[in-house]
Amino acid sequence: MVELKITNLRASVEGKEILKGVDFDVKGGEIHALMGPNGAGKSTLGNVLIGHPNYAIEGGSIMLDGNNLTEKTPEERARAGLFLAFQSPISIPGVKISSFLRTAYKQLHPEDKVTVTEFFNRVKEHLRFVGLDESFMSRSVNDGFSGGERKRFEILQMAILKPKIVVLDEIDSGLDVDALRLVAEEIIKYHNSEVGFLIITHYQRILRNIDPDFVHILMNGKIVRNGDKSLALKIEEEGYDWIKE
Amino acid sequence: MEVELSKEEEIERLVESLKDSKSSDWEFHDKYNPIYSTGKGLNKSVVEEISEIKKEPDWMRRMRLKALEIFQSKPMPTWGPDLSGIDWENTTYYNRPDERKSQNWDDVPDQIKDTFQKLGIPEMEQKYLAGSVAQYESEGVYHSLKKVWEDKGVVFMDLDSAVKNHPDLVKDYFCKAVPFTDNKFAALNGAVWSGGSFLYVPKGVHIDMPLQTYFRMNNESTGQFEHTIVVGDEGSKVHYIEGCTAPRWDKDSLHSAIVEIYAQRDSDVRYTSVQNWSKSVYNMPTKRAWVDERAKMEWVGGSLGSKITMIYPSSYLRGPYASTSNLNISLAGAGTVKDTGAKAIHMAPHTTSKIIAKSISIEDGKAIYRGLLRMNKGAVDSRSKVQCDALLINDDSQSLTFPHDEIYEPTATFSHEASVGKIGTEELTYLRSRGLSEDEASSMIVLGFLDDVMKEIPMEFAIEMNRLVKLEMNKLGAVG
Ligand SMILES: Nc1ncnc2c1ncn2[C@@H]1O[C@H](COP(=O)(O)OP(=O)(O)OP(=O)(O)O)[C@@H](O)[C@H]1O
Ligand SMILES: [Mg+2]
Repeated sequence: MVELKITNLRASVEGKEILKGVDFDVKGGEIHALMGPNGAGKSTLGNVLIGHPNYAIEGGSIMLDGNNLTEKTPEERARAGLFLAFQSPISIPGVKISSFLRTAYKQLHPEDKVTVTEFFNRVKEHLRFVGLDESFMSRSVNDGFSGGERKRFEILQMAILKPKIVVLDEIDSGLDVDALRLVAEEIIKYHNSEVGFLIITHYQRILRNIDPDFVHILMNGKIVRNGDKSLALKIEEEGYDWIKE
Repeated sequence: MEVELSKEEEIERLVESLKDSKSSDWEFHDKYNPIYSTGKGLNKSVVEEISEIKKEPDWMRRMRLKALEIFQSKPMPTWGPDLSGIDWENTTYYNRPDERKSQNWDDVPDQIKDTFQKLGIPEMEQKYLAGSVAQYESEGVYHSLKKVWEDKGVVFMDLDSAVKNHPDLVKDYFCKAVPFTDNKFAALNGAVWSGGSFLYVPKGVHIDMPLQTYFRMNNESTGQFEHTIVVGDEGSKVHYIEGCTAPRWDKDSLHSAIVEIYAQRDSDVRYTSVQNWSKSVYNMPTKRAWVDERAKMEWVGGSLGSKITMIYPSSYLRGPYASTSNLNISLAGAGTVKDTGAKAIHMAPHTTSKIIAKSISIEDGKAIYRGLLRMNKGAVDSRSKVQCDALLINDDSQSLTFPHDEIYEPTATFSHEASVGKIGTEELTYLRSRGLSEDEASSMIVLGFLDDVMKEIPMEFAIEMNRLVKLEMNKLGAVG
């Protein structure tokens, strides 16, 4: 049973406290939406979850399937099954997508003895699903990608690398209507009882395609409301002002 | 796309096979003692002894003695890295590994053969090469050339053998492009040179597979002073490759080679060198090419390891429409100074040069680009392009650029581009968040930085370079 358990998580960046005690659980099969105003700490949470070295954990814990990841390196967390689709994926010139994905996959799934050709066929198939040309295989990671292409590539990585807990940080921002549909389809296809989702978003749009089981509101480093998708609707209509901390 | 994939597979397969054949790393030390050594230190009698044991013609002996005088009278270069650590007194200038020079691996003494086998040389020879020379310490111990090329008049052997077998041919080229008056280290080479290769490609002969020499230094505090001559006669085409390694030592050793290349009219000569020195080596070769009318000279260099390296391969573009390109990759690891660059001397109209230098500095490693571009008066409509890219891995890594331009021809055009980048936490974290270890992530970024030039070097060497970068990053441990 897949379960991410975040308990009283506190974290800071450059000495400034951003997360001030965050609690929630994501179980296999569940879809959680995380909303909140700009600067609330949503991306910080994503980065803290994957162990970004610029973010210091000040207290609390991150557990995945009973393993304590709080002190673990980013690669150990990835190998445990955590995946973050970054809000602004960085470009890495010269690092070919083909060899990057192949290396990553070997690390994450050493048991799978898939051949190079089979593996690359898989990648090509998913490139098609997210609406990217096969020629992306020989391009460098995010290098010269448009905003939307970066997002599509993040989703492709999710589908290829097969994590257990998927955190999507504003995967819907900057996507055109068709891309949003493709991305949503890819998410729905990947969604199963062994995978838990945490979808960070500002918009109701993506949640119309993907039904969240839970909606959380993060404000000023704390979860201030928990609810179901009606909460997301209310935010869309009324903003955050009505929520008193 | 399918082609792309099968190439990926091919690389993967080759990387795997190299892993097996070379898992022991190159920094092993053989328990092999030379059968003859001149002992430590350098003077007239040492030089005479070398000439004597080689049973050289008199002209060569006299040349050596003249070079020794010049060496002794020239001051150390002071414009570059600190060379005060070179211990002239404690260096052995000549070590003879064995009496024989074999043309069959079976005749090479076992221990030496084992070394070359560990380095994967005989295997490479079979698969990719038209011919090869293997040098151990001061002497070539093995050379071979496929019969088709021998029949076409190609000469390929260690220079000592060539002096004996083709004295007139050697005499035409020996120390013409690089006179031993050129600099202190060239003079030293002139005095004590031993080994190196002689390659002559006759008029119009195109050799489609590379020829390679592999140099192996084994004993510490030993100098290696090979002298290599490559002659591409008119309209010929050839690719010559050099590989050098040395084990890990505590004491400093000196490598001071001369490489002379003659790209004659309409010829196409490519010289690739991949050097992988141990951290105690001073690497001070002098490499120069004469490039005649419409000839094309390509320098490709990968330089890893060593304590101090100073290499500036030069092309003298002597005839109209002569062209040269120079691609250099250097990796300055902890405690290393890489002072490398290129020189292009445009002496005739419509000549072109293109220089790409890529450096990577790790820990307190220091990579310096030092270049000279000269456009002589009369080098009408000549063009040059210089590009230097540096990647710094750690906070105390350094990179410096010293381009030097002398432009005496108003119609000549040239451009310089330079970039310095640092390996970033964001890039590393991105890759690590996908399961790559810190080492894997950083070597991937480093290799990405080299990607646009990796295509230019032969695949086996690209893979070797790949392996060496990974090894270097592994040794480093934590990055950032
Ligand atoms: N590396 C950093 N250095 C300094 N401050 C940072 C850093 N990362 C985040 N912060 C600060 O932390 C706060 C939370 O930022 P975060 O990116 O987590 O917000 P967010 O909820 O994702 O906002 P948005 O909706 O705009 O994406 C902001 O005030 C931001 O400026
Ligand atoms: Mg954000």
